[in-house]
Amino acid sequence: MKTAVINLIILLIVPFLMIGVIKKTKAFWAGRKGVSVFQPFYDFIRLMKKEAVYSETTSPVFQIAPVIIFSSIIFAALFVPMSTGEPFINIPFGFIIFSYVLGFGKFFSLISALDTGSSFEGMGASREACFSTIVEPAFFIAMGSVAALTKIDGFDNLKMIMGNSGTYGVLIIALLIITLFIMLLIEGCRVPVDDPATHLELTMIHEVMILDNSGVDLGLITWGAAIKMFLFEALIASLLIPAGLPSLISIPLFLGIIFILAVVVGTVESTMARFRMTHVFEFIFTMSITALLVLTLVTYGIYGN
Amino acid sequence: MNWIIIENNEKINLSQIPEITIERLREDYKELKHRVIGFFGKNENENIRLYVILADDNEGKLYISSVLFRDNEKSYDSLTKDFPAFHNFEREFYEEFGIEPLNHPWLKPLRQNQDKYSFFEMKGEDVHEVAVGPIHAGVIEPGHFRFMCQGEKVYELEIMLGYQHRGVEELLTKSKANNRLAESVCGDTVIGHNTAYSQVIETLCGTSITDKAQIIRRIALELERIAIHIGDMGAIAGDMAYLPGASIFGVTRTLVINTMLEISGSRFGRGLIDIGGVNFDIKEEISDKIIKMLTEVEKTVDKMTKVMLKKPSCLSRMERTGTVTKEQAQAIGAVGMAARSSGVMIDSRIDFKDKFYKLENLRFSALGDVYSRFYLRYLEIKQSVEAVKDLLKILKEHNNEDLKVEIGDLTPNSFAISITEGWRGEIVHCAITDENGKISRYKIKDPSFNNWYMLSLAVRNNGISDFPLCNKSFNLSYCGNDL
Repeated sequence: MKTAVINLIILLIVPFLMIGVIKKTKAFWAGRKGVSVFQPFYDFIRLMKKEAVYSETTSPVFQIAPVIIFSSIIFAALFVPMSTGEPFINIPFGFIIFSYVLGFGKFFSLISALDTGSSFEGMGASREACFSTIVEPAFFIAMGSVAALTKIDGFDNLKMIMGNSGTYGVLIIALLIITLFIMLLIEGCRVPVDDPATHLELTMIHEVMILDNSGVDLGLITWGAAIKMFLFEALIASLLIPAGLPSLISIPLFLGIIFILAVVVGTVESTMARFRMTHVFEFIFTMSITALLVLTLVTYGIYGN
Repeated sequence: MNWIIIENNEKINLSQIPEITIERLREDYKELKHRVIGFFGKNENENIRLYVILADDNEGKLYISSVLFRDNEKSYDSLTKDFPAFHNFEREFYEEFGIEPLNHPWLKPLRQNQDKYSFFEMKGEDVHEVAVGPIHAGVIEPGHFRFMCQGEKVYELEIMLGYQHRGVEELLTKSKANNRLAESVCGDTVIGHNTAYSQVIETLCGTSITDKAQIIRRIALELERIAIHIGDMGAIAGDMAYLPGASIFGVTRTLVINTMLEISGSRFGRGLIDIGGVNFDIKEEISDKIIKMLTEVEKTVDKMTKVMLKKPSCLSRMERTGTVTKEQAQAIGAVGMAARSSGVMIDSRIDFKDKFYKLENLRFSALGDVYSRFYLRYLEIKQSVEAVKDLLKILKEHNNEDLKVEIGDLTPNSFAISITEGWRGEIVHCAITDENGKISRYKIKDPSFNNWYMLSLAVRNNGISDFPLCNKSFNLSYCGNDL
């Protein structure tokens, strides 16, 4: 119970800091001082104090969407293993619920973008939908393989790979990290897939879909987006934290991994240009390939000997 | 004689300008194969006289002639359908004087009445339109872009400008010396426009300014080129989300404009140039500072460019993006840096044999894509750094000369033209005086006026998400076009 409360606090607060760390890393690479790591939190507070403005062309869908998007992300978060390797709710095949609940939220962000009737937002929605279709199967292949490997169908199986799967376990973990990291870049809308810092409507993906949102709605969406990105970092972290560690060690370890991943994301953003839009698909297919490699290795591990 | 042939910065009497017919103009243009750089009207009692200026880039000569439209002549057969380079000139002439070029393929508004115009439309199940602007997300000038796309692919981009039409040309006829206004024709080409303006007025007055002032003007012009080119390279990097490029080039540009601040008290060189000369001297110690700064700037730009040109992610964004072929660029009459990146080597500093420069055309593989425009900027920065160092050397020999000379009165009934190679390309200023020695017509042609259509051609068949990158690689001026 105590750890669940700590995990909940981590889930709600750490995403802000994670975004702050990414921004700080980018500032460091650019040779700037950068804003405080708490700035995303201050921005959120500022947005929460503001009233949302609705365009005349939008329907109620646009108004309820931010709440649905945010709550779907929080709901999905309940199935993700947190600092101790245990999800808040551990049920068989939690990863499927996780994925589809996120998909439900994404569906609402797509139709709320279309609801505005803006040509930019339509383009953003089509790009986002297109990426998701490629990402989803890869994610299922990777997570299904883990379930087959560990013979545990709950989402807490990630921590069981380490130490339980023989010599090729390290390889599987490495491939899974790559898979999840690419997914993190896609779902988190980071460079090289998307550029969160751009003001150019024509090149945006996620940012363009929320152009019409303001005030509380925008606050909820940005908070939700940060949490969503945090969830993928949490999945990577639970791969790396072995089972059976006391929470006194696993919680700082978890936070440390989140911090390192944020720095890595910031560094990736600072050292490469964004891909051309057609190139992004090739990049996403890389994720499918690593997921298939995981499947191959797991199949070999089970049936090979 | 159908044409009078003059040099850059030369004054002629209005009576010397021959009069020809439109048909003669059409045949001569076809025969001479010179580039049109001026095509503007002027009221002459009840009639309208159209002045035509062609540039012979090989010989460095200007051909001038005129066509008279009498009171009852309200139309003529368009030149654009034969020579696309006239397209904007004819639109402008039609808009200002109401004389219609018949069979003009696309007679749309240039600066006025945008709201009365119905845009080009494409029909089809998969076609969708994206309209951007005139108010944009970034802090940039207003301009409307309308894309016809299929999915992510752009078929056609239509550009509508004119939202910044201020009537600069008319304002410039109101007073004899208005350098502060000339500086504001286009905010990123302060030195370029001000030099062209000053030269044209000095030519009309018959004043020749000191070599010292000439050299200082050219140093400022090259510093402006260096600063803006570096800024643009940073902006191109920024649009590709390549952070180090955006930050390093951004910082380096500041070094250049801060040096300009030391020379003239303004980072963009406002107030440096006046009719009759310049207001600020470049003394020994500032000259040393400039050389030191340029050496540092060149080193940083070298380093950063090399890093960027080795990055696969940067190359993949720039190469084969937004290509304009040499034939296209020539046909539409593109000028300046953008034209050179497509292989059309026109540079008025070289073509019109400016005696203060020792420049040669750059040799590089001009492919006309974003990469070429990025790389050409890099080469031009290096070329300008050398040019400034040379100019500073000759400046020492003219140390005792005056900064400014007294100017006389404007010669009545005269026509003068001045061409300056700004960082974006040739800037053409023409002025005509009346019988009282007052300016009765002032005409400006910013390179953007020629080059906006190049952007339309560049984005055809490209991804719509590459538009900002293409746009930034041209970095054309809205107000330079709108005037």
